[in-house]
Amino acid sequence: MNTAVLSADGAPGDALQHSEGVWHAAWRRFQSDRVGLVSLVVVVAYLLLIVASSLGLVAKGWQTEVGVPDAPPAFMGPAKAQVAGVIETPKGANVDLSDIDPLAPRYAEWAERAKQFQTTETVKATTLPFGGDRLGRDVLSKTIKGTEISVFVGVAAALVAAAIGTLLGAFGGYFGGKVGDLLEWVYNVFESIPNILLIFAFAAVAGRGVQSVVIILAFTGWTGMYRQVRAEFIKHSSREYVRSAEAIGASTLSRMFRHILPNVSHVVLVRMGLLVVGFIKAEVILSYLGLGVRVDQVSWGTMLAEAQAELILGHWWQLVSATVFMAVFVTAFSLMADALRDALDPKLRGLE
Amino acid sequence: MLAYLIRRLWQMVPTLAGVVLLVFFLFKYFGGDPAEVLGGLNASKEQVAAIRTQLGLDEPVWVQLWIFVKRICTFNWGKSWATNEAVSNLFATRLPATLTVMLPILILDVIMAMPIAMWVAYQRGSLTDRSIMVATTVALSISFLVYVIIGQYVFAFQLGWFPVQGWSDSTWTNLTVYAPLPVLLAVMVGIAPQTRLYRSFLLDELGQDYVRTARAKGMTEGSVLFKHVLRNAMIPILTNIGLQLPGIFVGSFLIEVFFSIPGLGREVLLAVNRSDFPVIQAVTIYLAFLTMLINLLTDLAYKVADPRVVLK
Repeated sequence: MNTAVLSADGAPGDALQHSEGVWHAAWRRFQSDRVGLVSLVVVVAYLLLIVASSLGLVAKGWQTEVGVPDAPPAFMGPAKAQVAGVIETPKGANVDLSDIDPLAPRYAEWAERAKQFQTTETVKATTLPFGGDRLGRDVLSKTIKGTEISVFVGVAAALVAAAIGTLLGAFGGYFGGKVGDLLEWVYNVFESIPNILLIFAFAAVAGRGVQSVVIILAFTGWTGMYRQVRAEFIKHSSREYVRSAEAIGASTLSRMFRHILPNVSHVVLVRMGLLVVGFIKAEVILSYLGLGVRVDQVSWGTMLAEAQAELILGHWWQLVSATVFMAVFVTAFSLMADALRDALDPKLRGLE
Repeated sequence: MLAYLIRRLWQMVPTLAGVVLLVFFLFKYFGGDPAEVLGGLNASKEQVAAIRTQLGLDEPVWVQLWIFVKRICTFNWGKSWATNEAVSNLFATRLPATLTVMLPILILDVIMAMPIAMWVAYQRGSLTDRSIMVATTVALSISFLVYVIIGQYVFAFQLGWFPVQGWSDSTWTNLTVYAPLPVLLAVMVGIAPQTRLYRSFLLDELGQDYVRTARAKGMTEGSVLFKHVLRNAMIPILTNIGLQLPGIFVGSFLIEVFFSIPGLGREVLLAVNRSDFPVIQAVTIYLAFLTMLINLLTDLAYKVADPRVVLK
């Protein structure tokens, strides 16, 4: 890194020999962007948390009911004991019903059987750090697990969508002609259906679960990436370096993916940043509508779906927890993507 | 002009054919067996076979495709698999509710976001501009869902300004009593991204030479903004409105589900959950057609907004 800076400032002859690579230059620009660096740190912290949670180091027991139902957060103290309406014990002598109770002969036998099992009273926490949900599950572990799934869905779907868009865009842009027309037709078809309806149509056939959500989002969200990569490939395919590569006998595929792709990869990267944010938001909505992750999984969307009913009872902690985790991640990720775009493509700086 | 229209309509044919093929094959090969969906869990083999014959599922693929195309052209989708209601009737009865909510949202969005965007763009780089941009970034990072949950809780449940949810038979009651809260929330949420978008359109124009010229010849800032910049920024603005227009026919699914508004969006979602294929297929295909028509109309509107545009 230091050498790159030195050579840029140093003797011109030196700089000519080791001209700074595009990634080096981008990293140098990125480092000078304080907002970008802070958001990068936040995103990395989230990623570490996600890795820890997927390895089972944290939030492993998110499904265990460790607290009392709707346990409030620790700083609020235990919930006030509910004053239950007391039913008076009936006065008078106990009536012996054993002659008409059909189960009476078996009571002794059942009491005997019950003695074989040990029962323990589990002590349930009255407060939890971030509160508990309807079943008394720890909201903090739930949020961490939800973060893992929501972010995974966003990133995985963005990767798949980027792969589809880049591949189709590369072929469409490089070859043009019949192949290009065909791909343009496919693109037009996907674009002419309103996005949410396309998602629903795919959801109607794809079923539920994390994989389905990833597939649905990726197969409906690749079009923007295709369009941009295609434009870049059209621009680059007639550049001199590609023709030189052709002259030294590089194959078509090698020209496309070894020569052009690295030169347009910043476009892919920036676009992917936008996709991740969009897909994370989409997953939340899909899970709320019941088209997202399965019921035995947790995501920010399912937490918000539960929070709607809880809020009416005054239990706001699950809503706040999921919202804050999501807002911090999405803000940091958007700012990081912005900084990345500025660093990779300084011409765009300042525009939205 | 007429030649342009005919050519554009002709160009829609392959795209529309693509949409039909996509929807047909998506449901044909990935959607599970319609006969089993229709027959339910307790259907005997004979019943499933009978349904199969009735739907034409025994025919070769191209015959099935032909049946599908015929349904599209005659608007005859038969009955919903789940409720046995005619699909056309379903459209006719659900669309008014959706429009009652969505039209005010679209109109308010545009007339509110434009002035804010102009004001922000005009103050570019100032503290106001930057703080509004930061505020919109943070506002955008919170899910739409959270705003709706909290908005309903605060405005309807706590403050009691609006009914929590509901719908009536009278359009006027709907518009004045039940629609305001969903509309308010949708506009509040929509305003941030719209402002950012319009700001960027206006910024593109504010940097142009003609702005400097207009200022140099002593025009007031007001006329520069409203007479020159706005007029020139009209094309991206129209494009954006054109992109949002198809959405008002299916509405915001989330809003409709959340507030139990009996609109088309909620109906489509129910159809997805019930595997009610005819409803989903019909909505998807007609909306795609509508989207293409709206795109065409947007292009025609360019000509009105900017006489330099040549339609060819």
